[in-house]
Amino acid sequence: MKLFEYEAKDIAREYGLPVPDGLVATSPAQVKEAYLKLGGPVMVKAQVLVAGRGKAGGIKAASTPDEAEQVGNGILSMTLKGEKISRVLVEKKLASKHERYVSIVVDRSSKCYTILCSTQGGVDIEGIAAEHPEQIVRHQIDPLLGLQDFESRTVAKELGYSGKQLTQVATIVSKLYRIMLDCDAELVESNPLIETESGEIIAADLRILIDDNSLFRQRKFLERAKTYEPDMTQLEIQAREKGLAYVELTGNIGIIGNGAGLVMATLDMILDYKGVPANFCDVGGGASEERIAAALQIVLSNPKVKVLLINIMGGITRCDDVARAILDIQKKMGITIPMVIRLVGTNEKEGQKILAEAKIPSLNSMEAAAAKAVQLIPRGP
Amino acid sequence: MPILVGRKTKAIVWGITGSQGSFHTQLMLEYGTKIVGGVTPGRGGQEIHGLPVFDTAREALEREKATAAMIFVPAPYAKDATLEAIAADLNPVVVITEGIPVKDEIQIMEVAKRKKTTIIGPNTPGIITPGQCKLGIMPGHIFKPGKIGLVSRSGTLTYEIAASLTNAGLGQTTCLGVGGDPVVGLSFVDVLKMFKKDAATKAIAMIGEIGGNAEERAAEYVRKTKYPKPIVAYVAGRAAPPGKRMGHAGAIITGRAGTAETKIESLRAAGVKLALKPGDIAKLIKRS
Repeated sequence: MKLFEYEAKDIAREYGLPVPDGLVATSPAQVKEAYLKLGGPVMVKAQVLVAGRGKAGGIKAASTPDEAEQVGNGILSMTLKGEKISRVLVEKKLASKHERYVSIVVDRSSKCYTILCSTQGGVDIEGIAAEHPEQIVRHQIDPLLGLQDFESRTVAKELGYSGKQLTQVATIVSKLYRIMLDCDAELVESNPLIETESGEIIAADLRILIDDNSLFRQRKFLERAKTYEPDMTQLEIQAREKGLAYVELTGNIGIIGNGAGLVMATLDMILDYKGVPANFCDVGGGASEERIAAALQIVLSNPKVKVLLINIMGGITRCDDVARAILDIQKKMGITIPMVIRLVGTNEKEGQKILAEAKIPSLNSMEAAAAKAVQLIPRGP
Repeated sequence: MPILVGRKTKAIVWGITGSQGSFHTQLMLEYGTKIVGGVTPGRGGQEIHGLPVFDTAREALEREKATAAMIFVPAPYAKDATLEAIAADLNPVVVITEGIPVKDEIQIMEVAKRKKTTIIGPNTPGIITPGQCKLGIMPGHIFKPGKIGLVSRSGTLTYEIAASLTNAGLGQTTCLGVGGDPVVGLSFVDVLKMFKKDAATKAIAMIGEIGGNAEERAAEYVRKTKYPKPIVAYVAGRAAPPGKRMGHAGAIITGRAGTAETKIESLRAAGVKLALKPGDIAKLIKRS
């Protein structure tokens, strides 16, 4: 789960991590008010979860109260890469001498947290990693010992600091790590970490990603995840509440399957047959009647879906049970769009017979089922 | 000769009294797996499927001889259970549990590394050496003994491919899922090393997916070592959009990293044969 910048900075303040003074505003009038409270030139920053808001016009400066109101009005009426902007963060404008980059990430292959830092900040860090990997310094953290102070100092030194600033930056790095652990974060990133004209070090931007698997013990984020999640569609939120893995896509073939890999492979196959999947939907290994019903309800709520493809590899689940469940749900829900079912595994013959009697095509092979689903898309005007 | 588990494997099951643990223990016993008991704190002294339940691993090992562990306990308690299994010198430890926080996984893997314990998973269907030992939740009947090693990041897609291998007359030495989480124990490279040493394994099927760089690292290993056995790979997730988790916690394209295309390209460049569809794996193995 991604946090908004203002949420991340609220956490930073709790830890005494220096961030710019700022206020959240939801209307142009509030932006003006924030300007007056902060007293002086401000930056108005769209609070969105999509990346690249700066380039898309989501961050603007204002040097008078009226300009702030105007800029606020402009940003608050924007939609940025499909995400409606309902909040801005108004921050005191800082003159920066240097911009640097520091983050802590989950290093999947080394199985530890790793600090990444660069003297090149404020830019697309992936671009730098690809073109100038030597400009990025990596530091792996021992999972059992945790980050030691000397390691934070080493990172600060590598970022080019010395004297009083060395300790300041080392403290910032240590605090970022503390936040990472305490919040069960997958990513804590300050880009840029700036040095002001007066020599202060401030996390001008801060991004925090929370590990969804930790929500059972990160109760405050669990509550937040329930209230709103702007980078998820309504159906995605509903699906998550029902414990289904569902991702909405752009096409018209609704897809349900059991197992993440199997469903991904099904989507790929639809593309290969020149169709476009409407969604990813994984009911999980067991594929119980209840879960298939929940999945059908979600997938069919998407009005773009014209054909439904169900791909069940019944391992331990019995296919005849799955077939009966599908028919039952079809009747109850009154499904009218064409369905293609691929049902194999234990008792597959019995399962397929049940479907055949109900005149629902069921196939043995995933390839044939995908091809059939694409074929069934209504053509014409 | 299989890898990691075989006829001599004797396992203790954590969470044996839970619904998943109990159900799959029954199926593993039916398959012929040697399971000697389970650990559920507070339920010591009870019996399930005729097996003793213990409060602690120490007590279990005083009474029974065991070599391996299986973890079925829910995510909030999985770290504790796994660390208990590692401390008890059980090896390998197969962690079926899905949804373990990554912070816990990082600690588990570090402890396992220091004790030289092999962790399979988390979020894995487990491991099976057909005809000998099944430490997992996979349907046993679709696997047959043979000469193909199978390693995968997924569950049902593994069954899909194992079934198509079996139907094509290609039995398997050992099949295992490395797990669908961002941080897992055994990696593709680890398993490829084991299959390389295993004389019975003649060819390998490898099933990857988007997210992370386990496939790229495997490709690098294959290229550098001029890997002596044929490998056929399939990578799922070409249709996945960036930034969205596709079911598995680890199946996510972050920025420009972890796409199916880069994985497919690097494997192909390393001389691995790529199947465009899961069903093509058997054909490509027969040809190699």
